[in-house]
Amino acid sequence: MSAAEVGERILTMGQATREALAEEMRRDPMVFLIGEDVAEAGTAFKVLPGLVDEFGPERVIDTPISEPRFTGIALGAAMTGMRPVVDIMFGDFLTLVMDQIVNQAAKIHYMSGGKLKAPLTVRTTLGATRRSAAQHSQSLHAWLAHVPGLKVALPSTPYDTKGLMKTAIRDDSPVIVFEDKMDFQVKGPVPEEEYLIPFGVAEVKRPGEDVTIVATSSMVRVALEAAQQMEAEGVSVEVIDPRTIVPLDRAALIASAQKTGRVVVVDEGYQSYGVTAEIAAVIAEGAFYYLDRPLARVGALDVPVPFSPGLEDLTVPSAARVVEAIRKLVRG
Amino acid sequence: MSSTALKTERDADRLLRIYTDMLRIRLFEEAANGLYLGAKMPGLAHLYSGEEGVAVGVCAALRDDDYITSTHRGHGHCLAKGAAADLMLAELLGKAVGYCGGKGGSMHIADQARGNLGANAIVGGSAGIATGAAMSAKWRGTDQVAACFFGEGALGQGLVYEVMNMASLWRLPVVYVCENNLYNEYTSASETTAGSIAQRAQAFDIPVREVDGQDVLAVWDATQEAVDRARSGGGPSFLHCRTYRQYGHHVGDVNRTTYRSREEEQEWAQRDPIAILGQAMSDLELADAAALERIREEVQTEISQGVEFALAAPYPDPDEVYSEVYA
Repeated sequence: MSAAEVGERILTMGQATREALAEEMRRDPMVFLIGEDVAEAGTAFKVLPGLVDEFGPERVIDTPISEPRFTGIALGAAMTGMRPVVDIMFGDFLTLVMDQIVNQAAKIHYMSGGKLKAPLTVRTTLGATRRSAAQHSQSLHAWLAHVPGLKVALPSTPYDTKGLMKTAIRDDSPVIVFEDKMDFQVKGPVPEEEYLIPFGVAEVKRPGEDVTIVATSSMVRVALEAAQQMEAEGVSVEVIDPRTIVPLDRAALIASAQKTGRVVVVDEGYQSYGVTAEIAAVIAEGAFYYLDRPLARVGALDVPVPFSPGLEDLTVPSAARVVEAIRKLVRG
Repeated sequence: MSSTALKTERDADRLLRIYTDMLRIRLFEEAANGLYLGAKMPGLAHLYSGEEGVAVGVCAALRDDDYITSTHRGHGHCLAKGAAADLMLAELLGKAVGYCGGKGGSMHIADQARGNLGANAIVGGSAGIATGAAMSAKWRGTDQVAACFFGEGALGQGLVYEVMNMASLWRLPVVYVCENNLYNEYTSASETTAGSIAQRAQAFDIPVREVDGQDVLAVWDATQEAVDRARSGGGPSFLHCRTYRQYGHHVGDVNRTTYRSREEEQEWAQRDPIAILGQAMSDLELADAAALERIREEVQTEISQGVEFALAAPYPDPDEVYSEVYA
């Protein structure tokens, strides 16, 4: 079911997240939420208001400012029968938590020969342009995607946010869900009835024939805007969203690339050694003889995110940069 | 030997069991060292010999379904919690039948059937896991307790303080067991640890017991008190157990005079936890020398058979490299 088919009820991304968590907490008493300011404050981004009123402070747990250790505590709870959702307010703070996620959670199932498992969900944020400067604006999802044992979801719509979050909570492996902190008010249709979105299944957000844009998270909307502009120039652009980068729906990306022969990959992580590089490599390996032009990549500029708005905006992929990349592919 | 411990009239069978458990660890470690010296064990192992009183004393106060988390020097904790020596030895050799299918090795043995949530090769790395297991037990209403073993080297890691803060705030049923063997790898703890260890925990309003780690019954008593408190909702405790590692940091650390003296090693050898309990049992006529020797022979047979089993066991199938990456 695609977002276009799901009916008329409209939710914001933030509401979709909240609904996913509330539904899973009602369904399974082992699910709980832990993090800074998640209870009375309903998170720093005000995404989860009132959750504590329904589930109480035992299941919506405000913590000290100790990201590594409440993540570790959640991991211990996950290894002993619970299904914690850890809230890491800013994705930048993942750097503080890396030992617990990378050395512990990601490896416990494998290291124990399958004896132990860590059904842990980490919800955190990515995305710049909030004028929050270099330590609150990074998109570090590639770091996590690099580590075997972790799954990484990047929802781009309210529909995907809810479905992917619910799947994450039910998954027996650690999952990191990145939400774009600029998008909590973005609206879209979400059906009343329950649904899940399987991991590793890309979705074509807009069908097209001439060019493929592979885009993640909020970059899907940037891609759709670019596609709209190109339509006026007579270029039919397909936009495909992997939705999870681990597992990655390689077949769908390769099939789209084989169909169009021209590919742009757009992601808000740093361009070097990042998601755009990995997806470009996957397509190059799988569709090389179908490509009419070299692959193009549009990632964040390889600079610490600057504060000054004019500078910050330059660092993030924009529709204009994507259009420019497409024009190079279709001309010449 | 703590006289109070023996005055509690524990039955002789239980003391013999404790003696046997300590000896199993000692002879297991000697076997592991032999496998290393004989070039039959891949990598390294960090031996627990000399510290047996801590693991066995703590685990004597735990139920089968209580949790432990362990360290890179974890064989003793694993055995004390009831693991099978042969399957551990197989894991040390990377064999398919080992506790982790050969994927974990010496530093990652986990035995979930006995509540062992795993050894951990990041110093202090399991403090969050143990505290989380305690939180989970409290939430699930099971009255299980978690014991978190860590060396004094972990006192350099902020995580230990972060979890103690939360465990105290939330009155979690966890016992922090600091095994102070005097050395952070090859560096004296006196060079790395400012101030008082006890006050570190007391600052979080966590009760602390200073314990002679060479006296297994003293460790048992202190742990029992902490476990009783935890099980009845009284929150966390901290045991500071002073002990000594007889071998080096790992099996390859044989020339130790650069950082500690032979005299010091000999002094601590006089305070061997196994000999101390054996002597106390002889003095009280709970077991004579012949009985203790019979125990040694039985344990030696178990360990030797385990070594043979492990050496003969097959390695994992190459296909296993991709299994269990995801649950």
